[in-house]
Amino acid sequence: MRDAKLHAGMPIQPVYGPEDVADVDHARDIGLPGEYPFTRGIHRHMYRERLWTMRQYIGFGTPAETNARFKYLMAHGQDALNVAFDLVDTLADMEEAFAGIPLERVSVSLTINSMAAPITAMYYAVAEKQGVPADRVVTTPQNDILKEFVARGTWVYPVGPSLRLVGDLIEFSARRYPRSNPVSVCGYHIREAGCTTAQEMAYGLAIAAAYIEMMLARGMDVDDFAPRISFNFTCWGKIFEEVAKFRAGRRLYARMLRERFGARNPKSCMFRTLIGGGGSSFVAQEPENNIVRGAYIALAAALSGAQTMALPTYDEAYTIPSAKAQLIALRTMQICAEESGAADTADPLGGSYYVEALTAAMEQKITEELAEVERLGGIVQAIESGAIHAEVARQAYLFEQQLGSGEIPKVGVNCHVGAEGAAAPDVDVDVYAFDANVADAQCQKLARVRRDRDGAAVGAALRRLADEARGTGNLMLPITEAVKAYATLGEIARAMRDVFGEYKEPVKF
Amino acid sequence: MTRGPIRKVLIAKPGLDGHDRGAKVVAQALRDAGLEIVYTGLRRTAEEIVQEAIQEDVDVVGLSVLSGTHLPMARRVIEGLRAAGADDIDVVVGGTVPPRDVPELQKIGVARVFPMGTPLSEIVASFRNPTASPDVAGRHP
Repeated sequence: MRDAKLHAGMPIQPVYGPEDVADVDHARDIGLPGEYPFTRGIHRHMYRERLWTMRQYIGFGTPAETNARFKYLMAHGQDALNVAFDLVDTLADMEEAFAGIPLERVSVSLTINSMAAPITAMYYAVAEKQGVPADRVVTTPQNDILKEFVARGTWVYPVGPSLRLVGDLIEFSARRYPRSNPVSVCGYHIREAGCTTAQEMAYGLAIAAAYIEMMLARGMDVDDFAPRISFNFTCWGKIFEEVAKFRAGRRLYARMLRERFGARNPKSCMFRTLIGGGGSSFVAQEPENNIVRGAYIALAAALSGAQTMALPTYDEAYTIPSAKAQLIALRTMQICAEESGAADTADPLGGSYYVEALTAAMEQKITEELAEVERLGGIVQAIESGAIHAEVARQAYLFEQQLGSGEIPKVGVNCHVGAEGAAAPDVDVDVYAFDANVADAQCQKLARVRRDRDGAAVGAALRRLADEARGTGNLMLPITEAVKAYATLGEIARAMRDVFGEYKEPVKF
Repeated sequence: MTRGPIRKVLIAKPGLDGHDRGAKVVAQALRDAGLEIVYTGLRRTAEEIVQEAIQEDVDVVGLSVLSGTHLPMARRVIEGLRAAGADDIDVVVGGTVPPRDVPELQKIGVARVFPMGTPLSEIVASFRNPTASPDVAGRHP
């Protein structure tokens, strides 16, 4: 009999039965969907009442290209947007990116972190210009800087001031934009950088707890902001392990909110999450096979109780997604939703001996990883010291070695390799054609914005921002003032960098 | 690569590219293979990379680029090394390099290219035995 184990490291039995779930207390640990501790999902009837949101990640070098891709996917049934921010210099770019897109009806995820405060201020300003009332604006700035230090790497300021900006946006949004989700805590990127399933959940929960503690220290009531905390997690590899990871994560989060943070509103205890991605599981060899991998990711995400779904595209290893690849990803989610039956009932795997035993095992493993974070001084200290970086890099290397040895199988890569061997010369992938003129055009546009704006107003707004950064107040108002004066992102960032300084990356692995 | 035993390698992340999983995996594998490894950390300019390569007296600079800017970045680093009289330091490139860009990278003087899908063992082997391997590793000729 061959060995089998979870990505989290634990062995998998060849068969499970009642004895494997003897310690599970149904009322305490599982309950009903929509009820504390939400193991089975955060809604009673899940997708029967509302399907998951489909939200592919989009962003090009120019707002015009991004706007065109938005409209293309919306025309094919995508109901929400997720924006990559390689494209924004000023409010003028944001206006162009969302031209003709009614922000009153579309929810938009802003995948932005160190610059979340100014970018979200731009988004709020565009919504205001469209005449959308503040209480109708539905947006999710990612605003999770702690994971940026570990993975993804778009940090600017040191950890302390970076956390302050996260808190400023949460506080500002909670008070003025009640339907915004001002932080989306990401295990996703840390997993993509190499950590295990259990670590993904543990680090995500620890980071969420750090933000919650920060908001409580500011004097906010947990129920004033926790209902709008959301999550962003990945989901690839072993389907049942993923389902168990999310069931265990929901249970742990609910208990943490109620028992540790004293939440009274059930909504505060709900782990609402985007599940998607997993681009690191897609490979360059025979890229069309990635479409099949994507379908399993979609199925796992549906069985895990995702609120929102996004898939990597089959051309992931080669290029930013082509329109064709992105449409296939959207269609994959739609087929999963409409045809597969995965959306017919809440938590269809609930009660399975295997899945309940795995859920308990994952809960224990996640708890152990959380204890390890505490041993390292808590998540903020463990990130500042580089300890989490080092562990994630170690796991990535371990994973690569297991791929090399075939211990982790990958079809077309280390098993069932085609007749032509490793070579795949005729890869049918449409690689994004970079237009060298785009940068010049963007520079010209920026020069126009600079020429047409009121320079004195920009200077005054930036000086006020720097002044307030030296104090302890919320920076969202001065940032908003600078944004509306068409200050550039670079100018706003610099005004704060002059006060806060820059993060120094701990190079540890 | 043109010379004998490689002792020391600078793994470098040029430009606005936060993806360092591959760079750190390769760095660990080369370290385990007995090489001395220096890693620059994220978001370095070509000038900083050239300077560090010379200061650290490395034999090879490994550029990890997943942002699509492999051509201009490699060009700047190679030109910088040349201008500093350090063109005995080889430059290799790994990351999301489309097959169509490999000939151009070779033309500007990149010693080896490791496109996506290159097995780790092949990368390590090429550093152990720099003269015996082809110029392009991986699956995409």
